[in-house]
Amino acid sequence: MIEYLLVKHSYWFYIAMIMVGFYGMMAKNNLMKKLIGMNIFQWSIILYYISIGSKKGGTLPVVVTGQAARAADYINPLPHVLMLTAIVVGVATTGIALALLVILYRKYGTLEEDEIIKAIKQ
Amino acid sequence: MVRNLDDLIVRTCSRIMVPFLQIYSLYVYVHGHTSPGGGFQGGCIMAASFILLAVAYDIGEAKRRFSERLNALFCCLGVFIYAGTGAVSLIFSDNFLDYSAWRHILPAGPVMARYYGIAMIELGVEITVMAVMVSIFLDLVTAGEQEAVLERNHD
Amino acid sequence: MNRLLSLCITVLAGLLLLYGVEEFPRWGDPQQPANVHVSPRYIEKTLPETGVPNAVTSVLADYRGYDTMFETSVIFTAGVAVMMLLRRSRGKKS
Repeated sequence: MIEYLLVKHSYWFYIAMIMVGFYGMMAKNNLMKKLIGMNIFQWSIILYYISIGSKKGGTLPVVVTGQAARAADYINPLPHVLMLTAIVVGVATTGIALALLVILYRKYGTLEEDEIIKAIKQ
Repeated sequence: MVRNLDDLIVRTCSRIMVPFLQIYSLYVYVHGHTSPGGGFQGGCIMAASFILLAVAYDIGEAKRRFSERLNALFCCLGVFIYAGTGAVSLIFSDNFLDYSAWRHILPAGPVMARYYGIAMIELGVEITVMAVMVSIFLDLVTAGEQEAVLERNHD
Repeated sequence: MNRLLSLCITVLAGLLLLYGVEEFPRWGDPQQPANVHVSPRYIEKTLPETGVPNAVTSVLADYRGYDTMFETSVIFTAGVAVMMLLRRSRGKKS
């Protein structure tokens, strides 16, 4: 049990962050706070994914010129590459979500979810 | 909604910092081959230099240096450079996005041609990312009415 | 009521994820499945094949260049979408 806690403790922090973002997306009433919850969710998943590429005793994945490279000396570059794409997609999603919020505010005058639903149903 | 803040320290410091920001972004882009960096990171720093001007002064200051037409042109130019670099390989009967086909044009071997191909596509990525970040920021901050805001600030 | 239900669902999902952590490999293990299949090849061959010492840049721009091209088009599409949603020209009054 103690060994389970010590060896895999990092995963618990990532799960806690994911759950914070998830709760924010579901439970908050203001649309801006929902958007911030979605952002926390997204960034914590990116953080977790990058962390699975670490190796004990490894260094930056920039190969030292002049000698043959051994794979055990450098950390895994593949999660970093995939998460660069994910970061850019996250920025695009947040930008368009903010634009939609501006249009909603312009039309209904409020950003609370229940007031907007009531105004739509009329 | 977009106020005019008239602070001397903020304006002077941002005016000093903007050229250093742009040179640093080019440095990060060029050194993407041998240290952490590359196109995306350099593009974001270059966009930050224009956004700093827009935040410290008013919107018209950023628009005077980087007009809307130039912005839209740069958005398309970056993707065009990227796809064009890949498409040149098709002319020489290689695979798409196989940069070793550039050895027919540049005076380099197949290994160094891939080196230069990577530098070229990172340039395309940097231009697109910079233009899109500035465009999204200016659209959101003025809520679309860029002309009306400029008129109001001139009176 | 809404908050209590959300809290219960969140705690339940967290417990399920923690139950799945048991199957994960050790932290920093060089022999875990993520580090074994194709990334040793990228690290060993990046300097002889492309001449770029930075493994992240060569994988991003050369070995996986197709993904990066479509990602650049994604951010271009986002810029165009925000322009379409928010810009209003001077001619019409809405």
